[in-house]
Amino acid sequence: MTWKEVFTSSVGKKLVMSFTGIFLILFLIVHAGLNACIWANDGGTMFNAGAHFMGNNVVPRILEIGLFVGLFLHIIQGLMLEISNRSKRGTNYAVSYSKGSKWYSRSMGLLGTIILIFLVIHLSDFWLPNRAHQGFLLGEEINLYAKMQEEFSELWVVIVYVAGCLSLGYHLAHGFQSAFRTIGVHNKRYNAIFSCLGYGYAIIIPLAFIMMPISFYFHWLN
Amino acid sequence: MEHKNINLTLKVWRQQSTVSKGEFVTYQVKNISQEMSFLEMFDVLNEQLIQEDKEPIAFDHDCREGICGMCSMYIDGKPHGPWQANTTCQLHMRAFNDGDTITVEPWRAQAFPVLKDLVVDRTSFDRIIQAGGYVSVNTGNAVDGNSLPINKNDADASFAAAMCIGCGACVAACKNSSAMLFLSAKVSHLALLPQGDPERQSRVVNMVAQMDKEGFGACTNTGACEATCPKEISLSNIARLNQEYLLASFTSAE
Repeated sequence: MTWKEVFTSSVGKKLVMSFTGIFLILFLIVHAGLNACIWANDGGTMFNAGAHFMGNNVVPRILEIGLFVGLFLHIIQGLMLEISNRSKRGTNYAVSYSKGSKWYSRSMGLLGTIILIFLVIHLSDFWLPNRAHQGFLLGEEINLYAKMQEEFSELWVVIVYVAGCLSLGYHLAHGFQSAFRTIGVHNKRYNAIFSCLGYGYAIIIPLAFIMMPISFYFHWLN
Repeated sequence: MEHKNINLTLKVWRQQSTVSKGEFVTYQVKNISQEMSFLEMFDVLNEQLIQEDKEPIAFDHDCREGICGMCSMYIDGKPHGPWQANTTCQLHMRAFNDGDTITVEPWRAQAFPVLKDLVVDRTSFDRIIQAGGYVSVNTGNAVDGNSLPINKNDADASFAAAMCIGCGACVAACKNSSAMLFLSAKVSHLALLPQGDPERQSRVVNMVAQMDKEGFGACTNTGACEATCPKEISLSNIARLNQEYLLASFTSAE
């Protein structure tokens, strides 16, 4: 059995989705944790110090390359699986079967596409201007706290971010536990743990992200 | 329970052959006993069609006891109809009310091409089994039941997986037309027993390869298959298959 055979099989493709998904889940904890520094309410001192570390230390910058590789694999593999799976039905049913599964479990492709669009907006709002200012190498970055204040003063930007984070929440509500099933967790006790963890994570992390633009928009932060 | 006869409107998929275009045809059936099974109601409709000099509706059936896996109707948006853990042949007309309109379709999947009307070709399942769903090592003569120690939980889980009748409802229900619940049941019931152990790696690898070759979709763990399975095959079998495949891909010597 060659590695090519493994990763081109339907189970192998799902394993790629699962491993990259778990990697992205871990990244979101770091991202949310760092961003939560805005609630220190110190005019962005703590947040900007964290952002400075992430942008000027070689380790996070190397990990950033891994993050983009993982993200790219997750997106490309996900889109290819979605297109392939949609082609397997042939003729559609006149009455579709919707009672046996959750709507968000059936809509991972759609939710993922919404998140991808949101991600392009998000990266062009913050990551890209920051790296462009640095010349993409280690160097002086822009004041990201001030940038957040400026961006989230617009209502439509806040609405786009809330919608993007809600899509992320539903994507995680299925994706978290599905990722662990895909790597073979079949023990009932562990499935129950991962199910609880998954729903908790899918609520807490997106809610933390949602509260960030809202906090700036309603001037809860100085 | 009060005995009632009901009148129904049926919208049934009619298709002459695999290559021809199908369409829904509407039929009226009258005075149907609620004690009839769904297939018996179709027998009545076919008698009616024969008397009208029309072609009867082709549909799969065999044991009519819920154990063979032949019946395969997609009734009102659910494989095997509205009841849980039930096959079409065990669905009875008391599930419906007088005046109902029932839509009946064949399993829809590219790997299950329609042969005629409600009959689909499920030989792809046979080929998946032929790829490794068996034990070919010499297990010797029958021995005393207790001479081979098997954990009770494993024996029960293996038996629960072996309940799969291969009807294909999982494929019909899955939005990806994936055969993973069927395949995982066949892999699990052998993987859990010592007799299945020597060939566990080649089995899972070959059966997954055959499933992909047949044109089934990939599993996305939505759970629709488990919810509609007439034998209540658990979704945890799919996770076990994934584990078997992952271990085989990392440790296979071939």
